[in-house]
Amino acid sequence: MKRVNIIQANSLLKVIAILVPLLFNVNGLAFASSEQSSGVTKNSSVAVAATAVSAPAAEVAHGAEAPEGEEKAGDVIMHHILDNSTFAFEPFGSVNLPKIVVGGYDISVTKHVVMLWVVSALLLIVFSVVGGKYKNMTPRHAPKGLANAMEALVEFIRLDVAKSNIGHGYEKHLPYLLTVFFFILFCNLLGLIPYGATATGNVNVTLTLSVFTFFVTQIAAFKAHGVKGYLQHLTAGTHWSLWIIMVPIEIIGQFTKPFALTVRLFANMTAGHIIILSLIFISFILKSYIVAVAVSVPFAIFIYLLELFVAFLQAFVFTMLSALFIGLATAHEGHDEAAAGAAHH
Amino acid sequence: MLTSGIILLAGSLLSPNPGLIFWTAVTFVIVLLILKKIAWGPILTALEEREKGIQSSIDRAHQAKDESEAILRKNRELLAKADAESDRIIREGKDYSEKLRADIAEKAQAEAKKMITSAKEEIEQEKRRALDVLRNEVADLAVKGAEKIIKSALDADIQKKIVDSMIQDLSTKRN
Repeated sequence: MKRVNIIQANSLLKVIAILVPLLFNVNGLAFASSEQSSGVTKNSSVAVAATAVSAPAAEVAHGAEAPEGEEKAGDVIMHHILDNSTFAFEPFGSVNLPKIVVGGYDISVTKHVVMLWVVSALLLIVFSVVGGKYKNMTPRHAPKGLANAMEALVEFIRLDVAKSNIGHGYEKHLPYLLTVFFFILFCNLLGLIPYGATATGNVNVTLTLSVFTFFVTQIAAFKAHGVKGYLQHLTAGTHWSLWIIMVPIEIIGQFTKPFALTVRLFANMTAGHIIILSLIFISFILKSYIVAVAVSVPFAIFIYLLELFVAFLQAFVFTMLSALFIGLATAHEGHDEAAAGAAHH
Repeated sequence: MLTSGIILLAGSLLSPNPGLIFWTAVTFVIVLLILKKIAWGPILTALEEREKGIQSSIDRAHQAKDESEAILRKNRELLAKADAESDRIIREGKDYSEKLRADIAEKAQAEAKKMITSAKEEIEQEKRRALDVLRNEVADLAVKGAEKIIKSALDADIQKKIVDSMIQDLSTKRN
C-alpha cells in the first residue's frame, strides 16, 4: 500500500515537472492572455445574469464593476453563494424561476427552493425504496445495499444521537431527528455537485430548521414538566431574590440555542464554498496557470474533500444538538451542568 | 475585492427572505410527514423488532445453556447414583455369594459327615452281620466237625453209660 503511494507521488511529480515549464511558456504567450480574457468575459456574463435577477447588492457590485470593465471575483463568489431566481446551467443557458407574490409576501421559487425540492425528491425516492424493503423484511433477514447503508445512519442517529442524549421517550422525537439529519445531509451534499446550490448555506433555511428544533424542544419541555415545571425551569432552581436575573437569562438561553444552530450550519456551509471559490479565483486574479495547477486546484480539491466531511459533520452536529436540547428540556435533574457543557459546543 | 465582499456580506448574505422561509417550512414539514409514514415507521419497527429478536435469541440461548447445565448436573447425579447402586449390588452379590458358598460348604461338610457316619454304621452293621454269619458258619462247622469227631469216636456202651448216668443225675437233682 505504501509503495503504491510512493509510485503515485513519483508519477505526480513527473507530471508536474513536465507541465510547469510548459505552462511558463504558455503563460508568456499572447494566447494565454486572450484565453484568460475570454474566461473573464464568460464570468462577467454570469454576473450580468446574476444582476439581472434581483439581489440589490449584486446590482451595486455591477455598478461598481462597470467603470473598470472587469468582473470582480467577490461578486462571482457571492453570486454562487447567494440565492437568486435563476437556475443556471452555465454552458447550456439558464432557467428563470417563477415569481409568486401572495398577499404582499414574495414567495417566489428561488434556486434554493428548487434545491430543497430536489433534496426532498431524493429523500423520498431513497427512503421509499429503503422503507419498502423494510416493510417485507422479517427480523431474520439482514438488509443489503442501500437499505444497509441507510440503516447504519439511521441506527447511528437512533442510538448514539437520540437515545444517548434524550434518554427515556426518545422514540417520539426520532422521526424529527432523522428527517432533519438526512434533510441537512442531502442539502449539504447536493451543494457539492456541479450545478447544485447549498440550500443550507442560506441563513433563512437554517433559521427555519432551527425554529423547528426550538418548537420541538419547547413542546417537549411543556409535555415533560407541565406549565408549572416549565416555569420552575426558568428560575433554574435559585432563590427567589435571584429570579429577576435568572429568568431573563434562562429565557435568552432558550433563544440562543436555535440561534447558535442557525449560524453554525449556515456559516460552515457558506465558508467552505467561499474558500473553494476564492482558491479558484486566485488563479484568475493572478492570471497564472502555475498558480492554478500548484495552488488553486490542489487546495480546492483538499477543501472540497474537507467539505464532504463537513457536510456529514454539520448534519450530525445539528441533529446532535437538537437531540441534546430536547434531552435538556425533558431532563428532570442536573440540567444546569449539562447546559453549561452544551454551551461550550 | 475585499471591500465589495464586505458590502455583499453586509448586504445580502444575512438578508431575510420570507419566501424561502415559507418554502423551507412547507417542504420540510411535508417531507417529515411523508418520510415518517413511508420510511421511519417501517425502518424503526424493523430495527426494534430485530433488537428484540436478538435479545430474545440471547435470552433463549442463556435459558438453553441453563437448562443443559441442569440436565448435565442431573445426569451426573444419576450417574453417581447408578455407580453407587451398582457398587452396592456388586457388594451385596459378593456377600451373598460368600454366604452361599459358606452355607453350601457347611452343608456339604455336614452331609459328608452324615454320610460318613451312616457309612460307618452300615459298615458296623455289615460287620456284625458278617460276624454273625461267620459265627453261625463257624458254629455249624464246629458242630459238623464235632459231629464227625463224635461220630467217629462214639461207642454205644460208653454212651449208654453216660446217658444213664446223666439221667441218673437229672433224677437225683430233681429230687
